[in-house]
Amino acid sequence: MSASPHPVPRNLAPRNQTSPNPVPAGAARPSLPLWTIRGSLDRRLYLSIAVSSFGLWLALWWAVSALELIDPLFLPGPGAVLRRFVSWARAGDLLEDAKISIFRVTAGFLLSALMALPLGLIIGAYRPVRALFEPLLEFARYLPAVAFVPVVLLWTGIGEPSKIAVIWIGTFFQMVIMLSEDVTRVPMPQIEAARTLGANDREVLILVLMRSAMPAMFDTLRITLGWAWTYLVVAELVAANSGLGYAILKAQRFLQTDRIFVGIIVIGLIGLGTDQILRWIHRRLFPWAGAR
Amino acid sequence: MSMNGALTVRGLGKRFETAAHCFEALADISFCVDPGEFVAIVGASGCGKSTLLRIIAGLERPTSGEILAGGLPITGPGRDRAMIFQDYSLYPWLTVLENIRFSRRLAAQRRDHSSDDGRGAAERSVLLLELMGLERVRDAHPHVLSGGMRQRVAIARALLCKPQLLLMDEPFGALDAQTREVMHDLILHIVALEKRTVLFVTHDVEEAVYLADRVIVLAPAPGHIDSVWTTGLPPALERSCDLKLAPEFLAREREILDRIRATSGLQSDLQALRRLTGQVQFERPDKAQS
Repeated sequence: MSASPHPVPRNLAPRNQTSPNPVPAGAARPSLPLWTIRGSLDRRLYLSIAVSSFGLWLALWWAVSALELIDPLFLPGPGAVLRRFVSWARAGDLLEDAKISIFRVTAGFLLSALMALPLGLIIGAYRPVRALFEPLLEFARYLPAVAFVPVVLLWTGIGEPSKIAVIWIGTFFQMVIMLSEDVTRVPMPQIEAARTLGANDREVLILVLMRSAMPAMFDTLRITLGWAWTYLVVAELVAANSGLGYAILKAQRFLQTDRIFVGIIVIGLIGLGTDQILRWIHRRLFPWAGAR
Repeated sequence: MSMNGALTVRGLGKRFETAAHCFEALADISFCVDPGEFVAIVGASGCGKSTLLRIIAGLERPTSGEILAGGLPITGPGRDRAMIFQDYSLYPWLTVLENIRFSRRLAAQRRDHSSDDGRGAAERSVLLLELMGLERVRDAHPHVLSGGMRQRVAIARALLCKPQLLLMDEPFGALDAQTREVMHDLILHIVALEKRTVLFVTHDVEEAVYLADRVIVLAPAPGHIDSVWTTGLPPALERSCDLKLAPEFLAREREILDRIRATSGLQSDLQALRRLTGQVQFERPDKAQS
């Protein structure tokens, strides 16, 4: 791809203008250079760049292992990881591990979301409620969720509730604060217009604040879902006998680096997949939200 | 002062107080608006005209004085005083028609209009849609509309519940000049036909003189009424934009502009400008040393 800014030598340019068959208007349309701050990029080019960035890393990884630059014990090649993936999946417990992990993330995340949504809404709506909760939440969100694992085990035992509790501690406080910010960003004229049309407090809350903040709140939930996966792995590394995090820990004991890689990549792929699905749902639910 | 005017403002004052300092926005404002009258409020920026409108809407509380709307004291926002904002007041998740019909979802509406059934309001919303030239976009969402169309939706939404008083806070401030002209005639006609009372805040004096029956000039620091002008133009339905070029119109506009300029404390300081452009040497006290 030679993207020279002057494809036509300057001394030839005038001949183009006087030629009997002028270039069609569309063909010579000057487009903005790719490196424009806040410029545009068509979808196909975006996708090909995105795919090739994945490809580049894969190729680099493959090259490093093929040239045996690093001991496969430290960094197994893509082939070994792929073979491990197939054998693990065939044995059936990869699917089982993934299922239990997905269940834990979903449960912990939903618990957080169901508690954070109403709380975030009223914190964003009423100043006294904000005063009551915000300093507390700001403190709580800096508490290291990981350090809670021992007490959580003490409180809830080593069953499913302990993993769900760790995910809850890791996501809930951040979620409430971010959701309340989404509510405070609802334009004031939307609220005031409703009030001069005769809306009472409950109606402003439900018909205006909640509806107006919904796309932003959905995005907040999508982002915090990613964090839920982080805390799941933490919980499973410390206290579990199933799940992808536990499988990674077990593989470490047997120095099965390829299995660790499979676990990490599977979690990454599940995350990427759900994120894309949620983005798609967002576009379908709130087609009006993109262009303000 | 008569009690049955559409709006009576008496001795109104507003002070904003914070821990650090206190700011007197409005002092001793008194005026009356008759039913069916179109009153414009103009003034230099910072004179408190928007604050005055927001107090009348019930969105802010006055520090002193009283306001009666239709003879009743104002305690908060109410559907008898619909307000139209400059921008960002439409609901982007609703279609044009749903935005216009928004007030029908509210309990206050349903309670007051139990006799005058829902069909009346439904028909009225379609009529308003036609009147505003919005049929083509009735199912579109606001983000695809032009600024002028969006303001027409906001006006239709406010008119749907037949407010006694229509409060407009620089409603055409974000529109281009051509769209604004069209909106002027539209709002004049609809307000005359619907026999609504309007209080209209603007910084555009031409707009104020063209639309209003009376123009109130506010002066800043603290905001008070400087003067009240009667425009004496022909009835709303007979006005057209040619009027804006008539000598009497221009003279009235000039007079009001002069009042605003006189009260704003703003004038171009020629001496300072000359210094800025280097035509006059800066008189420096330490000049002798160099």
